[in-house]
Amino acid sequence: MSASENIPLPAGLTAAARPSLAGWQRGLLVVAGAVVAIAPAFLLESFQLFQLTTAVIMGLAVLGLNMVTGYNGQISLGHGAFYALGAYSTAILMSHLDWSFWATLPVSAAVCGLVGYGIGFPALRLGGLYLALTTFSLAVAVPQILKYKAFEDWTGGVQGLFLVKPDAPAWLPGELTSDQWMYFVAVIVAAACFLLCWNLIRGRIGRALMATRDHPVAAEAMGMDIATLKTRAFAVSAMVTGIAGSLSAVAIEFVAPDSFSLMVSITLFVGMVVGGVASILGSLFGGLFVIFVPNIAEAISKAAPGVIYGIILIAFLFILPDGFAGLLRRIAGRLRRRG
Amino acid sequence: MTLHRRALLTGGVAALALPNLAPAQEAPGVTANEIRIGSTNALSGPASSYSVISRCLTAMFKRLNDQGGVGGKQVNFIVYDDAYTPPRTLEQTRRLVEQDKVAFLFNQLGTPTNSAIHRYVNQRKVPHLFLATGADKWAQPQEYPWTMGWQPSYRTEAQIYTKHILEQRPQAKIGVLYQNDDFGKDYVNGVRDVLGARFDSMVKLVSHEATDATIDSQIVTLQGSGVDALICGIIPRFAAQAIRKVFDIGWKPALMFMTNVSVSGSIVMQPAGAEKGVGLITSDYRKDQSDPSWADDPGMNEWRDFMRRYIPDGELGDNNYTYGYGAASTMIQVLRQCGTNFSRDNVMKQATSIAPLEIGTLLPGVKVSTTPTNYHPIRHMQLQRWDGRSWVRFGNVIEGANV
Repeated sequence: MSASENIPLPAGLTAAARPSLAGWQRGLLVVAGAVVAIAPAFLLESFQLFQLTTAVIMGLAVLGLNMVTGYNGQISLGHGAFYALGAYSTAILMSHLDWSFWATLPVSAAVCGLVGYGIGFPALRLGGLYLALTTFSLAVAVPQILKYKAFEDWTGGVQGLFLVKPDAPAWLPGELTSDQWMYFVAVIVAAACFLLCWNLIRGRIGRALMATRDHPVAAEAMGMDIATLKTRAFAVSAMVTGIAGSLSAVAIEFVAPDSFSLMVSITLFVGMVVGGVASILGSLFGGLFVIFVPNIAEAISKAAPGVIYGIILIAFLFILPDGFAGLLRRIAGRLRRRG
Repeated sequence: MTLHRRALLTGGVAALALPNLAPAQEAPGVTANEIRIGSTNALSGPASSYSVISRCLTAMFKRLNDQGGVGGKQVNFIVYDDAYTPPRTLEQTRRLVEQDKVAFLFNQLGTPTNSAIHRYVNQRKVPHLFLATGADKWAQPQEYPWTMGWQPSYRTEAQIYTKHILEQRPQAKIGVLYQNDDFGKDYVNGVRDVLGARFDSMVKLVSHEATDATIDSQIVTLQGSGVDALICGIIPRFAAQAIRKVFDIGWKPALMFMTNVSVSGSIVMQPAGAEKGVGLITSDYRKDQSDPSWADDPGMNEWRDFMRRYIPDGELGDNNYTYGYGAASTMIQVLRQCGTNFSRDNVMKQATSIAPLEIGTLLPGVKVSTTPTNYHPIRHMQLQRWDGRSWVRFGNVIEGANV
């Protein structure tokens, strides 16, 4: 995956080529986005809202993976490990030291960022499939490490840890239920991360990341420090996925080693490919896909939900070969030609 | 005029009766002709061999509906897949409670999965009944009054082994080899329940990690400390190792017990060497389909008849079917006891007041019974010994300790 020519550039990069939107149009887009984000909290029932919350969290975790695999071309099959690390950081701080959820977020982000940075170093020497397997082994190891006796006092061993969702602050107008507040927390944190990542990608660093992905030799010849770029990409990616893990710990209110099996990493990978490799918005769709499609599959057949899920997945890859983001790009392109 | 008055009276009585009827009709998950029950199971993923339990439960409720239902209502049993992952269990349980608005939850599979919803269901006061897991933590009527297991817990099992040891060799030195987690520790607790103050002087504890490669050194330690009655709370892989090692070093403990989750012929006894395990003791509460003593047993015949009519392609040798039959029979008994009031309070009240109940697929003498302070529905088991080819039951059923 050192050279992936078929991965299109993100929308932001080609913006200069097309007539840019007027200021009022942009404002309208932001307002529309905010309405779409806020409306479900008051329209959906609490269970559906909870599902949407987990989907937003999954989308954020997929974004993390997309930063390193989509934009930087380093395949990771072990992002479930960072997800678990973030979840456990928050859970341990909240249940043992009684920290508030917000205070745990920076700690969890820092821990995951550091570990990600550390993983980034062996990743320099291992390219492509070998890196995929190395990160894969990380994901295999994590549930067992969490059960390890020496950490049991902190991690709760197989029993796991219980924690409590943050309550809506008193100064907010109106009465928000804990599910509504949790949804807003997830949306606010996710929106901030999406914005930051988008900012990172459309700038100088983003271009360098993609140049390293597409042609490392040329990138290096142009004076880019590949080692620094790659390790830092890993750190940012682990951080974002770790923050998603933190959010999931409070949304579920329970962490246990069995929650972070190998499947989490695979699920994130599926979300990334279905949503669109190297796409910011596509990550969100990937999150929605991996949460809602298994339920659809199960509604179709209780006997073999896995088979149906597989069929839907293959169908998606056929119909949308470059993910959901690719579909959006094609639609936008067609509209522009017509306009 | 008389007719008019009668109509008026009827109308008045009906109006008076309405407020009384209304609460019963408005109970969550209960409509005029249906009662909704929810469950989760591993329909996909590595633990999906247990999904036959859900299949059996669904078939049992179908049979009940074919026979006219219960309290004038049909049972609508909804099962969702959680792939044995705790976050999915919470998601699907919330879907059952909040969206499908089930009356209560029944026989959800797994210890980590049920742990994830333990607090949620108790906060919501949703009955969480007869779970498909052997952990002892489901019996905490004080802290978690809405949750209850069904099968004998590992702790009950260890109590039964200890009782047998005290009967056979009152002065025995007891060794407990256990896996260092919830599962293994339930065995230690069970032994302590029976021995009380004598625990420290009579028992040698040795644990191992699930990640260990072998448990040879643990076995040697136990032999060295003079243990003559060994209780093993370990998973199948280590069970096979333990049986072989005890035999190979020439140690012949007078009594050796193996947890009944690790006694499968093909998974444990054959790999260990069938002749090496002769004399090993375990326990069960179910009738085994392959046991010739039950060939003409009325209870097992009823189960076989049910299997033939409702799950014709089911593998009779899979003891998850006798398990599911027993759990569903208990649930149906609770529904019958409810009469026409299926409110959550009443379902829980009836679930905690089951008078000793015999079920066709359980061993004679093993009865299901609960009280508001006893959340262990099955507390009896019978011991059985490996004769080199199969497990042979012996002695009477033994009851767990009162703790």
